[in-house]
Amino acid sequence: MAESRTIRVDALTRVEGEGALTVVVRDGQVIAAELNIYEPPRFFEAFLRGRAVREVTDIVARICGICPVAYQMSAAHALEKALGLTLPPGVQQLRRLLYCGEWIESHALHVYMLHAPDFLGFDSGIAMAARYRDAVERGLRMKKIGNRILEVLGGRAVHPINVTVGGFYRAPRVADIQALLPDLRWGRQAAVETFRWATTFDFPHLDIDYDMVSLHHADEYPMNHGNIVSSRGLNIAPEEYETHFTERHEPHTTALQSVKLPEATPYLVGPLARVNLCFDQLSPTARREAEAARMAWPCRNSFQSILARSLEMITAFDEAIRLAETYHVEPQPPRSEPQLRPGEGCHATEAPRGLLYHRFRIGDDGLIAAAKIVPPTAQNQRQIEHDLAAFLPRLLHADDSQIARHCEHLIRNYDPCISCATHFLRVKIERQ
Amino acid sequence: MHPQKPRLAVFKFASCDGCQLSLLDCEDELLTVAEQVEIAYFLEAGPADSSGYYDVGLVEGSISTPHDAERIRAIRAQCRYLVTIGACATAGGIQALRNWGDVEEFAQHVYARPEYVRTLATSTPIADHVKVDFELRGCPVNKHQLLELIAALVWGRTPRVPRQSVCVECKRRQVVCVAVAKGVACLGPVTQIGCEVICPQYDRECFGCFGPKEYPNLISLGRRYQRDGHDNGHLTRLVRSFNGYAPGFRTVEKVLAKNNHSSSPQPSE
Repeated sequence: MAESRTIRVDALTRVEGEGALTVVVRDGQVIAAELNIYEPPRFFEAFLRGRAVREVTDIVARICGICPVAYQMSAAHALEKALGLTLPPGVQQLRRLLYCGEWIESHALHVYMLHAPDFLGFDSGIAMAARYRDAVERGLRMKKIGNRILEVLGGRAVHPINVTVGGFYRAPRVADIQALLPDLRWGRQAAVETFRWATTFDFPHLDIDYDMVSLHHADEYPMNHGNIVSSRGLNIAPEEYETHFTERHEPHTTALQSVKLPEATPYLVGPLARVNLCFDQLSPTARREAEAARMAWPCRNSFQSILARSLEMITAFDEAIRLAETYHVEPQPPRSEPQLRPGEGCHATEAPRGLLYHRFRIGDDGLIAAAKIVPPTAQNQRQIEHDLAAFLPRLLHADDSQIARHCEHLIRNYDPCISCATHFLRVKIERQ
Repeated sequence: MHPQKPRLAVFKFASCDGCQLSLLDCEDELLTVAEQVEIAYFLEAGPADSSGYYDVGLVEGSISTPHDAERIRAIRAQCRYLVTIGACATAGGIQALRNWGDVEEFAQHVYARPEYVRTLATSTPIADHVKVDFELRGCPVNKHQLLELIAALVWGRTPRVPRQSVCVECKRRQVVCVAVAKGVACLGPVTQIGCEVICPQYDRECFGCFGPKEYPNLISLGRRYQRDGHDNGHLTRLVRSFNGYAPGFRTVEKVLAKNNHSSSPQPSE
């Protein structure tokens, strides 16, 4: 008689947004590993039609409360391309500083409150604080500094109000940026300590031949600009994204899953892909730490994404320090006024969780006629399912609750943002 | 003091996570809060004890699927106090724009296989479905108001949340009026305070994150902006966003049309 079982995790925890996982096992073989995203669809691409160009950065921020800046950045650049708008000097540097703030708050939240508890055996960052109070307080302070950058440049941490097509509504005051520097210098050292702390964790073995995808820029670690490259040799402008990648709609999820063409294969975006593809562009401090850790790069184990996230925090603090130290003149004007005209533009930036692609068409009436948004978690979803299928066989001797725990850990390697991707998780394991 | 710590739960419906994130954004207070209350259910942070009864349930997000319409009833039955946090839960959120559109067309537009998507024709506030004990406005909520709310509920008093307009706070802080000085259409006169008037301080208009104040006078404000040359399309979009489906803002289109109809040059209000 065939031995079969079903293992479910109905509500995944320590992920942003809500989803589930279903694993089907028959005769000791993993038949299916499905990530079920049950976030309700919100239809952003539909209701953006008919909205004004200037409203888009405020509206798309609401796709995600954890990474609103990423949505604002991809949208602003795409619309600026559609309008042929050039930015005043100094704006690009301020946008990069703003993005550093978001990477810091988002990565610090994930590393300390969501992911580290898996390695140290706690159910939450708050529970972890009972034993590792200093570490949790360090993480929270780093997160607060990231949010402080967002507040100074963006007006507030969640859904900043100061970003617009063409630049900023008001340039941040030089004195307010300079005042960030002591905290940023503390933060860089805290990020180095974070990385060294994370290298002491016990990492489950996983070796996957990922097709990694990220932006790449010769002169800087990618945030707002770069070509889309892959570990298998792809190198394209963001304008070619839709000819190399497409979305599939599977019945078990309200997220559209992205695949790489021509063979509809899964691919990996996010910190691990970025560090592997852009190692030379990490800040010197981050590179030195990565090399001193005596681990193999490129890294093919998603459990070690926490190390990639930590290296990126070092880089983000280094970059923020550099940008703050060199901010002496407030851009005046702080934005270029858009002249509305019909057109189309697309752009990709690096959200904390990976590549974020936007395309907009502006109609004859100067309003948005079409919008396409491809969030990072939708791109990683298929890869997460593949990782699970590769990781599960060695776990099958364990009881269902142990399996579920390991699966959740693996899923959290990706810092999935389900709110973004609804366009996420219940873990359900079916042993048939 | 309570013999037992009050049990807190955080629930999510259709939303961006930003309002519950605001609780984790209380970096200086989070561990203290966790000492004062038992955070029993908060999936994003980790706790997932769904076994029992909660003293306070914070609800983020709007009701937009048949399943969620059922789920909120079960949650209501588990909570002594049910508090909605943010524009989605109190007014339906930005996703309530579907309420003026055709949800089937929306689903066909976004999804290759719309038949896989189960959704309601509308996105509605929590209070349309169950009794709500207190509402915290904002897109996102103000984290200081969130802490005040939790403190008040722990100590058994009513939360102190101001209800005046953004305008009042702007004057108090001596922020230059962007409507008067720059001629932009600003929702400050009809929007509830809570944001610490950040937008006018960044040289831009209030766009209504905290929803309508008590008795918002859209007729008069609309007439003023119409007279300044702002077209109805622009004014409708300005009001019809994150809190567009809130009762005080919902009828903006009709209000503006009626203004057009009833006025040719009107004497001042």
